[in-house]
Amino acid sequence: MSFKHKHILGIEQMSKEDIEIILDTADAFKEINTRDIKKVPTLRGKTIINAFFEASTRTRLSFEIAGKRLSADTVNISGSTSSVVKGETLEDTARNIEAMAPDIIVIRHGHSGAPHYLAERVGCSIVNAGDGAHEHPSQALLDVMTMREHKGRIEGLEVAIIGDITHSRVVRSNIYCLSKMGAKVRLCGPGTMLPPGIEKLGNVKVYTDMQDAIKDVDVIMMLRIQMERQSNIMLPSLREYARFYGLNPTNVKLAKSDAIVMHPGPMNRGVEISSVVADGVQNVILDQVENGVAVRMALLYLVSGVESMQTS
Amino acid sequence: MAKILIKGGRVISPAQQLDDTCDVLIEKGKIAAIGKDLDAQGAEIIDADGKIVTPGLVDIHVHLRDPGLEYKEDIASGTLSAVTGGFTSIACMPNTNPVNDNLSVTNYILNKVKEEGHCRVFPIASISKGLQGESMTEMGELKGLGVYGVSDDGKPVSNAQLMRRAMEYAKPFGITIVTHAEDLELVGSGVMNEGPVSTELGLKGIPCVAEDAATAREIMLAEFTGAHLHVAHVSTKGSIDLVRQAKKRGVNVTCEATPHHFTLTDEAVRGYNTNAKMNPPLRSAEDREAVRKGIADGTVDAIATDHAPHHIDEKNVEFNIAMNGIVGLETALPLSLQLVEDGLIDLPKAVALLTCGPAAALGIPAGQLEEGGVADVTVIDPELEWTVDAQKLVSKSKNTPFDGWKMNGAALCTIVGGKIAYRR
Repeated sequence: MSFKHKHILGIEQMSKEDIEIILDTADAFKEINTRDIKKVPTLRGKTIINAFFEASTRTRLSFEIAGKRLSADTVNISGSTSSVVKGETLEDTARNIEAMAPDIIVIRHGHSGAPHYLAERVGCSIVNAGDGAHEHPSQALLDVMTMREHKGRIEGLEVAIIGDITHSRVVRSNIYCLSKMGAKVRLCGPGTMLPPGIEKLGNVKVYTDMQDAIKDVDVIMMLRIQMERQSNIMLPSLREYARFYGLNPTNVKLAKSDAIVMHPGPMNRGVEISSVVADGVQNVILDQVENGVAVRMALLYLVSGVESMQTS
Repeated sequence: MAKILIKGGRVISPAQQLDDTCDVLIEKGKIAAIGKDLDAQGAEIIDADGKIVTPGLVDIHVHLRDPGLEYKEDIASGTLSAVTGGFTSIACMPNTNPVNDNLSVTNYILNKVKEEGHCRVFPIASISKGLQGESMTEMGELKGLGVYGVSDDGKPVSNAQLMRRAMEYAKPFGITIVTHAEDLELVGSGVMNEGPVSTELGLKGIPCVAEDAATAREIMLAEFTGAHLHVAHVSTKGSIDLVRQAKKRGVNVTCEATPHHFTLTDEAVRGYNTNAKMNPPLRSAEDREAVRKGIADGTVDAIATDHAPHHIDEKNVEFNIAMNGIVGLETALPLSLQLVEDGLIDLPKAVALLTCGPAAALGIPAGQLEEGGVADVTVIDPELEWTVDAQKLVSKSKNTPFDGWKMNGAALCTIVGGKIAYRR
């Protein structure tokens, strides 16, 4: 095994081989989640702190379950209970956490670059669970793992990602991950949500018409439209958004007949995705969630430096 | 006061169209003589062979942080930083605490400069009381104290009506309106230049049109009122073009460019480097090129540092919440000389941009080197190689993006009013 990264800060720093090692490791761990006794001793004695400075349910739960299934001691702190609200700097918070000798800090933070800031200042491993609008590496890895399961390959796939590209860390990590693995990425969203230079991040083509963007693709990934950002004069209404950028039973037919439909969650049913499609035969949305646990087990194991997976 | 003879240097004073190898004799705080083989009897001799002798350098955009923010900088440390960089006259911005919007704050600054300053300081007062953008300051009274310019730097005047009236009011007093041109609605919550780098880093962008649109408004108002407008820290191609066109139309407008905007681009932000965070932000390579072109063709009147000291605690944080600004007084001279090295401008032009150019832009009495005039002189070694060590800066603050850079050129001796204020 040649995984050399101490931290998981983003997909940008990873090679294709790194990504393959993570996916193969996740494949091997996935089976544990179907057992009666869903626990292996791989990370026994390790302490993992899930430091979530920004609200999250799914990702935090997924990391916590991943750690527990590997027998690590996982502890959660969240933005509302942490010292941040008392005016402590991130560096001081991190130093205090570090003084309690954790092995891994999993961090979710609203500021882009916060995990990189910590990685320069603490000794333990840092795993980025989403930083601002920058990267969300574990999400991209579980997305690609799900695509690989359903399509048997990543090389040559056409993947359309639709929605608020500007504010999405999921998009950036997926662009890096899919481009490195040989897929083609199509991006589409309202003109207010397509940031300059996004096409420079990888094998990317930008579309302004959703019909063109999803025509003959293998994968459609719908992004959550952030309800809370609606005051931001980015959109006239959610109604109009649904009409031009929503996935529905009619336009989904433009993709390949065996195309899969993905969503990182949480979904706004009736806005970016209609319930018929969200619950339809093409959707793999819960597979993504299931694979999320396996991918995060793989990441925690790989950065821990532990020699053996001990899956039995 | 001692006699000083600066011997055998290349004396360049663009305001006097002087560029000759000769001596400069200083006596009683004045330039007693400029000429060949001057009598050195009883004078302290500064050997300037192979060196450049210029009027004391002038920086019209400095944040001295005094009163109120002395943990970042104060009048003693800021003016010492200035003379270390070769500057003998600086203008300080009014965004202190309290704001310099009245006679007593201006007097406080001037008195403190008298007590502990190392160079001349020309306070710039605010356009609006308290920088609130609502009503204008008592500019007439302030002019009487020696306030030559007003500015709401860092907090642009959004209200076009107030800006119009401030220009109309300032004009008969001969006060320069210094604008920090930014449309705050377009800036939004941006923290760096909007472009491919902000997209990649996932940081909110400040589009160049935020500066262009505001510059256009200020120029239209200046054209309408006839007031003298000085556009601070021009950073975009659009703004440079607007100033160039306005000058062609005869609008009474000047502008300045900072060393960081003509040297760096937004690529410097990579790694979430908070010492590359300032306002206006570092722009694209195309914008930097446009600023450099503006320097070469005369659109830019002055080089100014926007010296903005911040405490380490205000920079050693996540990029989004770091303060805007960098220190610049001690690195401006070599970065400006680099423009000569790059073939963009010649040496007398570089000297003009650091002396009579900024002095004229703000309207302050400085940047001259003539017999009978005040003896503000800088002796420069243009070849001197040195490496920037942020921790060794004289400024109280160490927030520079140039830490570790190799520089060519430095002030060897800075003379203010006939006294040696700094010697390397």
